[in-house]
Amino acid sequence: MAWTEEKIEQMLGNLLRTGVIAAGIIVLTGGIIYLARYGAQLPDYKIFRGEPEYLKTVSGIVRAALSGSRRGLIQLGLLALIATPVARVAFSIFAFIRQKDYFYIAVTAGVLSILIYSLVWGRA
Amino acid sequence: MTIFDLTLLLFSASLLAGFLGSLTGLGGGVVIVPLLTLAFKIDIRYAIGASLISVIATSCGAAAAYVKEGFTNIRIGMFLELATTLGAITGAMIATKVAVPLIAVVFGAVLIVSAFLSFRKGKEEGLSGRPDSIATRLKLNNTLPTQTGFRRYYVQRVPQGFGLTFIAGILSGLLGIGSGAMKVLAMDQTMKIPFKVSSATSNFMIGVTAAASAGIYLNRGYIDPGLAMPVMLGVLAGATLGTKILIRTKTEKLRLVFGAVIFLLGIEMIFKGLTEIF
Repeated sequence: MAWTEEKIEQMLGNLLRTGVIAAGIIVLTGGIIYLARYGAQLPDYKIFRGEPEYLKTVSGIVRAALSGSRRGLIQLGLLALIATPVARVAFSIFAFIRQKDYFYIAVTAGVLSILIYSLVWGRA
Repeated sequence: MTIFDLTLLLFSASLLAGFLGSLTGLGGGVVIVPLLTLAFKIDIRYAIGASLISVIATSCGAAAAYVKEGFTNIRIGMFLELATTLGAITGAMIATKVAVPLIAVVFGAVLIVSAFLSFRKGKEEGLSGRPDSIATRLKLNNTLPTQTGFRRYYVQRVPQGFGLTFIAGILSGLLGIGSGAMKVLAMDQTMKIPFKVSSATSNFMIGVTAAASAGIYLNRGYIDPGLAMPVMLGVLAGATLGTKILIRTKTEKLRLVFGAVIFLLGIEMIFKGLTEIF
C-alpha cells in the first residue's frame, strides 16, 4: 500500500472519527446504567472533593470498568477519548518514518512523550 | 434537583453551547466553564475537567473533517504542538497550585479578550514575504488549494509563533479551553500563515493540547464521570448538528450575539472570582 500524503490524511481522519464514536458509545452506555442506578439521588458538585482513587489512574479505571462499576465505565469512555489524539500523534510517527524525515520523527516523539507523561505520571 | 434532572439540564445546555460554538466557529468550550460555575454552581475544577473533555471531543470530530480539505499543515501542527503540549501541562500544574478564585478572574479576562477577537475577520493574504531561513529548514512552507490552483506560502517569525502558542497552551491547561482563537492569532498574524491554513491547523492541534492537560486533570481527580458525561455528549451532538446545518448567511449576526454573550460571561466570571477573594 502506498503511503501518499492524501492516504495518510484520510487514515488520520478515520482514526479520529472512529475514536470519538467509540468513546461516545462507551460514555453513553455507562451514562444510561449510571442514571438507572443513581438518577434519583441528589448531586453534590458545589464542594470539591476530587475523585476516588480508582477513577484517577489508567489502570484503576480499566479495572473498575471491568468489574462492572458504572462510573468506571463512563470514565473508561472518557479515557478512550483522551487517548484518541494521543493515537493520532503516535500514528503520525509512522508517516514521518516512511518519509525518512528524522527531524519530525523526533518532534513527534517529543509530543508523544509529553502526552504519555501527563496521562501516566500526571500526579507528580 | 436529582442527578437525573441535572444530567438532562447539563446535556441540553451543552447541546446549545456546542451548536452555537460550531455555527459561529468560536468553539463551545469557552462557555462551558462559565455555564457550569455560574448557572449550576459547580466547583470550577470539576467544570474545567468536563470542559476539557468536550474540547477534545469537538476538536477530534472537526479535525477529521478538516484534514480532508487539504488546508491542514501537519508539520506546522506537529511542531507547534511541542509548544502547546508543554504549555498545557504547565498550565494544568499551575491550576492545581493557584488559589481557585484567581482562576475565575483569569478566565473572565480571557473571555473578554476572546469576545473582541471573535469580531476579527480572517483576511486571506499572508502570501507576501520571502522564505524565512528557520521556516525553510523546518520545512514549514507549503501550498494551499485555491480556486486558481495551488498557491505557495512562506511561514515567518517561527520563534515568536512558538512562544505565543506556548502561552496558548498554558491558558488551555489552566482554564480547560481549546484556546483556538489565540492559536489562530499566533499563526496568521505573527507567522503570516494564510487564515484557512491557520484555522484548520489550529483545530488539528486543539485536541492534542487538551489531551495533554486532561491527563493531569484526570490524575488529580478533577474529571468527574457524572458531570463530564452529559457535557461531552451534549457538546458533541450540538457541534455535529452545527456542521450539518450550514446557515452561512445568518452567521455574522449570530457571531455578534455569541461574542456579546461571551463578553458578559467574562465580566460575571471576574466578579465571581473577586467576590470569593475579598
